[in-house]
Amino acid sequence: MTQLSINGKNVEVDAAPETPLLWVLRDHLGMTGTKFGCGAALCGACTVHLDGAPVRSCRIPLGTLAGKKITTIEGLGGRVGTAVQAAWDKIDVPQCGYCQSGQVLAATALLSANPKPTDADIDAAMSGNICRCGTYQRIRSAIHDAAQSLGA
Amino acid sequence: MNAMDQENFRVDETQESSAPNAARRDFLKASALLGGGLIVGLSLPAKNFAADLKPVAANAWVRIAPDNTITLICHRNEMGQDVHTSLALLVAEELGVDVNKVRVEQAPVDPVYINALLGGQITGGSTSIRDAWDKLRNAGATARLMLVAAAANAWKVPAAECSVDDGFVVHKGGRRETYGKLADAAAKLPVPGEVALKPRAQFTQIGKQQHRLDTHAKARGKATFGLDVSQPGMVYASIEQCPVIGGKVASVDGTKAKAIKGVIAVVDIGDAVAVVADHFWVAKTAREALAITWDQGAGAGLSTERIRATLRDGAKKDGAIVKQSGDSAAALKTAAKTFHADYESQLLAHATLEPMNCLALVGDKGCDIWTSTQFPQGAQGIAAARSGVATERVRIWPQFIGGGFGRRLDVDFIGQAAAIAKAVPGKPVKMIWTREDDIRNDFYRPASLHTMSAGLDAQGNLVAFESKMVSASITNRMFPGVVKNDLDPFMTEGAANLTYAIPNSMQRVVIQELGLRVGYWRSVSHALNAFAIEGFIDELAHAAGKDPVAFRLALLDQQPRQRAVLERVAKESGWADKLPAGRARGVASMESYDTHQALVAEISQAGDKIRLDKLTYVVDPGIAVHPDQVVAQIQSGAVSGLINALRSKITLKDGRVEQSNFHDFLLLRTNQMPKIEVVVIEGGDKPGGIGEVGVPLVAPAIANAVFALTGKRARSLPLSDEKIEFV
Repeated sequence: MTQLSINGKNVEVDAAPETPLLWVLRDHLGMTGTKFGCGAALCGACTVHLDGAPVRSCRIPLGTLAGKKITTIEGLGGRVGTAVQAAWDKIDVPQCGYCQSGQVLAATALLSANPKPTDADIDAAMSGNICRCGTYQRIRSAIHDAAQSLGA
Repeated sequence: MNAMDQENFRVDETQESSAPNAARRDFLKASALLGGGLIVGLSLPAKNFAADLKPVAANAWVRIAPDNTITLICHRNEMGQDVHTSLALLVAEELGVDVNKVRVEQAPVDPVYINALLGGQITGGSTSIRDAWDKLRNAGATARLMLVAAAANAWKVPAAECSVDDGFVVHKGGRRETYGKLADAAAKLPVPGEVALKPRAQFTQIGKQQHRLDTHAKARGKATFGLDVSQPGMVYASIEQCPVIGGKVASVDGTKAKAIKGVIAVVDIGDAVAVVADHFWVAKTAREALAITWDQGAGAGLSTERIRATLRDGAKKDGAIVKQSGDSAAALKTAAKTFHADYESQLLAHATLEPMNCLALVGDKGCDIWTSTQFPQGAQGIAAARSGVATERVRIWPQFIGGGFGRRLDVDFIGQAAAIAKAVPGKPVKMIWTREDDIRNDFYRPASLHTMSAGLDAQGNLVAFESKMVSASITNRMFPGVVKNDLDPFMTEGAANLTYAIPNSMQRVVIQELGLRVGYWRSVSHALNAFAIEGFIDELAHAAGKDPVAFRLALLDQQPRQRAVLERVAKESGWADKLPAGRARGVASMESYDTHQALVAEISQAGDKIRLDKLTYVVDPGIAVHPDQVVAQIQSGAVSGLINALRSKITLKDGRVEQSNFHDFLLLRTNQMPKIEVVVIEGGDKPGGIGEVGVPLVAPAIANAVFALTGKRARSLPLSDEKIEFV
C-alpha cells in the first residue's frame, strides 16, 4: 500500500511502485480527468501539479510520491484555477477537449508563478502541451484574459 | 456511398419505447423521405428514467420530459467540430427554446440517423450541418407545431392564437404552459405534413454569438471520452501487433506473460496478441514477456522509396478523366510557352491525441461497445463480425471523441476489442493502444504524385492546363462499390470542383495501390490536389509576369463567390502593400465542401530559417450557423494544414513505420504557431461544410510565399524535405 495526498485527501493505493501516477489516477482511483496521450512526457495531456509544479504524470512512478501533494483537474480550484477555467469558458477554448485538462493545469501553474506572462513566457510554459485540434490561439487569449481578471 | 449492408439496418420492433408509435412512425416516414433514408420504426436508447419523468419522444431527434427537460438525440459524433451545439441550434431555433436549455445525448445506431450525403451513419466529410440543415430544423418545427396544437386543444382556442416563448406555449390571452406538461398530449396528435421553416431574417439563435454547450465540462475534465468509460468488473487489454505492416500472428507462447501477477489471459486474435490484466499498466508491461512468431506477409519489402517508385510507375498510366474542357493536348502544342512540374505529398498519421481504445463486453445480453467513433454503424458491423454476436444484439455507445480527423472512420480497433471480449465472456474489457501502437498501426494519409503541364499564350494567358493525380484509393478498401470507372469521389475532390475557367484543360486520376492501408485524413484529397494545383497556378502566374491574385481573378469571371473571397483576402492581408525586405506573402484559393475560401500566408526570414507570421483566411460558408465555431474550425484546420505542410511525415523501412511517438512524428506546438486571422462572409442561402476547409490551402499558400521570399519553388511535402526549415 502506498499513501498518496491527492486534491487534499489522503488515499491508499495497492499497485506496484513503478506504476506511473497517470494509471494510478485513472485505473486505481477512477479519476479519468487526467488523460493518456503519449506515455513519454511529450504531449502534456497527463499534466498534474506536484507540490504546485506542473509535471507529466505518465512518467512519474508511484513509488516516488510519498509526502508529495498532488493536484489533478478534479481538484483544481483556488483563485488562479478558477480564473483560468472562467477564461476557458468565456473564450470557448476547447474543441475535442482531450488535451484541455493538461492545458488548464499548465496554464494555472504558469499564472501562479507569473501573474503577467508575456507571449514568450506562454510559449516557454505551454509548448510541452500539444493540442492536436489547434486551440493554441484561444489558449493564449484565455491565459491573457485570466491574467487580466486576476490582476483586476 | 452505400456504406453498409442493408442487413445492418434492421431494427428490433419489440424494443419500441412507450412513445406514441403511430405518430412517430408518421413523422419518421416524413423524415425518412427528407433524408432519403429507409422507412422504419425507431428504437430509442433505453434509459432509466424515474417513472414520473418518462420522456416523450417528439421525433427521432427531440425528446421532451414532463419536467421540461429537452434533449437533442445527436446523431453525429462530437470530436471538437461542435456538432453538439451547432446541431442543437438548428433544433432550438425552430422549437422555440434557448439552446442552453437543450441537453445533448449521443444517438445509438439507427437507420433514421443515416447521413444522406454519405449513405451511412457517419460523421465526416464536413457534412454534418449540410445534411442536418433541413432535417433538424424540420424536427424542431414539427415538435413545436404539435406542442402548440396540444395547448390549443386543451385551452379550446385556435392554434393561430398561440405562440411559443422559450419552452412555453403562450396564448394571446395570457395562458402559458411548459412544453414538458404538453408533451404527452402533443405526442398523441397527428404529425403535421408541410412545415414552414423560419425565414433567415427571423433567426434569433442561428448565426448569433453562442457558447459551446460542452465547454464547461471540457475545461474541467468532466467530458467522458471513450478512454474514460468504466463498467463494473472492468479489465484491461494491451495488444502486440506485427511490427511489419499487414503481418499476422503465426504463433504465440504466452506462458511467461500469464505468470505475471494480475494477468488474466493471453489471447491470439489473429491480427494481434492481447494481454488481458486487472490493470492497464500490468497488461502493457506484460506484453514484453510474450514470445510471438510473426507471419510478416507481403509488407516486409515496403519502404518509402518503393512507394515513391510505385507512384512514378502509376504516372505512366492514363487513369480516368475527372474533368475536361476544350482540347488541352492541342493547346499545349500551340502555346507560346509550356511548363511541366511534379508535385509530391507524404504519408501522414492522424495522431489523434486520444489513442485508439475501446471497451467491449460480450455476454448473455449480446455485445456492448463503448468507444469514440465517427462511424457507429461500422462499429456495430465489425463488432458483430468479430464477436460472433448477431448485429441486432450489438449496442454501440458512442462517447466524446478525443480527436477524429478521419482516423475514427475506421473501426479496426473496435473489432479487436470485440474479439478479445469474446475470449473473456462476461468481463468488460477496455483495450487501449499505446502511442507507439497508434502511430505504427494507422490507416495513413496516402502519399501522392501529381504530374502537371500547362501552356501560356504570348500575352501570358493560361490556355492549357493538365493535371494527373496518382495515389491510393481509400474508398476501394472501405466502401467497395463506390469507386466506379476508376473514379474515387474522394480522390477527385479538389480537382473536379476547380473554380478556374480554363479554355483547354484535362484532369486525370490514377488509382495506384501502395501496399499499405490508407485512410481518410482531414480534407482528404483536397489537400493533395490543392498543393499541386495552387502551387502550379502560382508558378504560371510568375512565369506570365502577373500578380498571383490578379492571375487567379482573371480565371474566376463565372465564380462571384470565389472572386469575392479572393478580393477580400487581398484587402485583409494588405496584399497590395509593399513588404520590407525579408518578408513575403503567398496566396491560394479554392472551393471545398460547398464553401469558398482564400488564404494568404505571410512569412519572414529568420536567420537560415523561416518564420510564419500570419495566415489570413477569408471563408464563405454560405450561412454560418455558429459563427464563432466556424472561426474555431478554420483555426483548427490551419493547424492540420501546418502539420501537412511543415515537418510531419511517416516513412517506412523494411515494412516498418520508422516513427513511434511525438519526438519523431512532429505535431505543431504553441511556440510554432503563426497568428491566424479569419474573416467569415456569408454569400449563400444555405450552410456549406467547415470542419475540413481550413486544411488544404495552408501548404500551397506557404510554399508560394517561400517562392516569393527566396525564389525557391517547393514541390514536395513536408517542406522540411525541401530543406525549408521553420522556426
